[in-house]
Amino acid sequence: MAKRTFRLFRGNRETGGDLKEYTVECDEGMVVLDAVHRVQAEHAPDLACRWNCKAGKCGSCSAEVNGKPRLMCMTRLSDYPPGMTLTITPMRAFKSLRDLVTDVSKNYENNRRLPHFQPRRPDFPDGEFRMFQYEVERPQEFRKCIECFLCQDVCHVLRTHEKHEEFIGPAFFVRAAVYEMHPADEGDRLAHVKEEGGIGYCNITKCCTEVCPEHIHITDNAIIPLKERVADRHYDPLRWLLRKLTGRG
Amino acid sequence: MGIDFQRHTFDVIVVGAGGAGLRAAIEASAQGAKTAIICKSLLGKAHTVMAEGGAAAALGNVRPEDNWRVHFRDTMRGGKMHGNWRMAQIHAQEAPDRIRELEQWGALFDRTKDGKISQRPFGGHTYTRLAHVGDRTGLEIIRVLQDKGVHSGISVFMEFTVFHLPLADGRVAGALAYDRERGRFHLFGARAVILATGGIGKAWQITSNSWEYTGDGHALAYRAGAELIDMEFVQFHPTGMVWPPSVRGILVTEGVRGEGGVLRNSEGKRFMYDYLPDMFRGEFAETDEEADRWVAGDQKNNRRPIELLTRDVVARAITSEIKAGRGSKHGGVYLSIAEKRGPEYIKKKLPSMYHQFKELAGVDITREAMEVGPTTHYVMGGVKVDPETQETNVPGLYAAGETAAGLHGANRLGGNSLSDLLVFGRRAGGAAAEAALAVKSGGEIPDGDVQSMIQQALAPFEREGGENPYAVQADLQRAMQENAGIVRDEAGLRAALADIEKLRARAAGVGAWGHREFNPGWHTCLDLQNLLIVSEATCRGALLRTESRGGHTRTDFPESDPKQARVEYVIRRRGEEMTVEARPQPDLPPDLDKIIKEGA
Ligand SMILES: Cc1cc2nc3c(=O)[nH]c(=O)nc-3n(C[C@H](O)[C@H](O)[C@H](O)COP(=O)(O)OP(=O)(O)OC[C@H]3O[C@@H](n4cnc5c(N)ncnc54)[C@H](O)[C@@H]3O)c2cc1C
Ligand code: SF4
Ligand code: SF4
Ligand code: FES
Repeated sequence: MAKRTFRLFRGNRETGGDLKEYTVECDEGMVVLDAVHRVQAEHAPDLACRWNCKAGKCGSCSAEVNGKPRLMCMTRLSDYPPGMTLTITPMRAFKSLRDLVTDVSKNYENNRRLPHFQPRRPDFPDGEFRMFQYEVERPQEFRKCIECFLCQDVCHVLRTHEKHEEFIGPAFFVRAAVYEMHPADEGDRLAHVKEEGGIGYCNITKCCTEVCPEHIHITDNAIIPLKERVADRHYDPLRWLLRKLTGRG
Repeated sequence: MGIDFQRHTFDVIVVGAGGAGLRAAIEASAQGAKTAIICKSLLGKAHTVMAEGGAAAALGNVRPEDNWRVHFRDTMRGGKMHGNWRMAQIHAQEAPDRIRELEQWGALFDRTKDGKISQRPFGGHTYTRLAHVGDRTGLEIIRVLQDKGVHSGISVFMEFTVFHLPLADGRVAGALAYDRERGRFHLFGARAVILATGGIGKAWQITSNSWEYTGDGHALAYRAGAELIDMEFVQFHPTGMVWPPSVRGILVTEGVRGEGGVLRNSEGKRFMYDYLPDMFRGEFAETDEEADRWVAGDQKNNRRPIELLTRDVVARAITSEIKAGRGSKHGGVYLSIAEKRGPEYIKKKLPSMYHQFKELAGVDITREAMEVGPTTHYVMGGVKVDPETQETNVPGLYAAGETAAGLHGANRLGGNSLSDLLVFGRRAGGAAAEAALAVKSGGEIPDGDVQSMIQQALAPFEREGGENPYAVQADLQRAMQENAGIVRDEAGLRAALADIEKLRARAAGVGAWGHREFNPGWHTCLDLQNLLIVSEATCRGALLRTESRGGHTRTDFPESDPKQARVEYVIRRRGEEMTVEARPQPDLPPDLDKIIKEGA
């Protein structure tokens, strides 16, 4: 089949690294991750990259293809004109570790600090909650998150303004939304989302929603409702209480 | 002067952060043990995340007739009567509580009409039994456990690989690891170690498993002196993708068949009708009309579609069809859900299958049939453990999840792994914590032992001009695929063993380039050692098992041999030699035997 050239980032952005060219055979149906593996097997066994499932389910293989945040395992080579050289670089918003691998540990820290699920008492004697499909569907959307952090990568608050300490980022608004909208949750994360989470920094550009490989409506369904709840709590405590009691909104 | 390493001390170390490891760590920590969990990838990326179809538990929410006895019976019969009956009993009895517990921790399973946890049908399960979330059940389960874990004070060491279990005074005394990021070494002292490292699927060419599945836990246990059993029983899942080549092996969930998907050959024939084993006669729909009525919802008055036979049977049937020249365009068979369900339903119940085919193969499964064929999926064999505590024969060493053996016998039922992880993960965590807290102090690990293991691990860097480890790995995968795959015979297995011998010599000469920081080539050099151990174990067990049963098919012994049903082949290390011996397992006690013979 046809050969294609790839320009891969090698090394470390902070301490020194650059793009290196590799040319490999490409077969029908190949994705970017296959090409990276081929480079690894044939030219550069020490090429660092993350991957696990090769089917868009684990969120390990995030990188940037021609500057666009993508899952390498779900990006088909045939999406690009034949013969076009593809440039593959690590996610920009995170500290570079080596080659395509970045330091994503802050994300895990953000998650650990987020107040956890607080269940109400079970409704059935066997310990189950009575929850209806229409009620669980809303938080289920957020549960599709595979923690690829592509939304974090693209968000200008992190990518350009580097507000890693002040802003937890779209992925963790999604996570907060899981529990905030969970029919059996009695916890309260609004103060956290506002103060530590810095939700005010988000100016609803929707870039995060555009890159999400799970097609989660991050802005419309998670961030905007959270912003509304935070604002209600702040300016209209009565309405907030009402919402909390009726479980609506 | 030796190489530097960092010391850490815990009561319990859990190796692996899939469902089994996380559940074990949560329990150990809840019992008051200072607990750490170590994993090769980032947290939340273990294989468990990929599980699609669901977790089996006799909740009885959809079919009130269901109970643990039926689940126990299905598991034993699905395992072709080879499994450990006590594990099958514990599993069936405790699975419902483990699922409900997840709900208490925030899981959002799909619901029944009256607001309880919904269930879906799956191969080999008499009743509709799998708690699920669309076709991303594993993601839900791992996320719930992950969040629960990090909020209960467990220390997490991610992107750390354990490569040695030091012993002291006949007990396991901890785990030796390197971190992937820096390539530095870490010695974790502990009084109990739980292995939950998953499977061995990377030993084959066509597989649904990731780079992590190099049998590390199996090999660590083996080297520490633990017994491995049932290594010949590897599950080849009937439905993996076959086209395009780069996605070959990626799983197509059994949920497709659970939702009504039909298998056809190139002549359009629904061929599974021709492959019904005697054991299951009378339990499956005999006409398309009956199957359709069942799919439409009347499961009381109709029997299950024939496609829901156990995986071993379906995988063999597909292999035969392809061999007979009735395969699909790219060497598989056709699986069609579109002919039974509407586009909206498919997208709702099987969303990730829809995306997977659309994005990776350019196939719209709401309109077209999928092409599927067998793929290496799961190892029933593994570390021999005590059914109650999951302890191995090495004091202080435990195993749970796919790394442990016994529950699934010769063939695992779909959905029984996720519940296995929860049930036995919890048991392992509890028992390990109890043992660790009872032992006064951890054994002293001799420094010399640690240093020599570190030197060995670094050896690939010293081999200038050493062979590329990926080439050796690829040749091993080829050998196993060819001769220790879905069908086997004596000559093939002997050839595979001879290949393994030669590959071992080559593996001793592989080299690593570059630095110790995040160097997959170096890691592959080390993983190879584990792959060779599990491959050899599989072949040795397979050679001794002169019969066909479940996941193990011998063309030279096509029939099941009742005398071997309750015999397990035990693999142990004696010096540098791998030995195998036959050991009979205890028969079923009368009350359980009655459940099998007379129905539940
Ligand atoms: C695509 C797919 C779909 C599936 N669908 C289903 C389903 O619907 N229902 C079902 O019941 N089962 C299903 N299974 C099977 C099931 O998912 C697995 O058997 C199960 O998740 C294994 O869990 P585990 O906890 O034993 O190991 P895993 O989840 O695989 O975790 C292993 C862990 O060990 C770590 N590890 C490995 N080696 C080392 C080492 N040397 N040092 C440190 N850490 C190490 C890894 O990093 C990882 O964290 C599916 C499997 C696949 C591949
Ligand atoms: S919508 Fe908000 S969170 Fe999303 S990318 Fe824009 S600023 Fe960032
Ligand atoms: S919300 Fe979407 S883009 Fe963000 S981490 Fe989750 S899956 Fe990735
Ligand atoms: S490898 Fe899992 S998402 Fe790409």
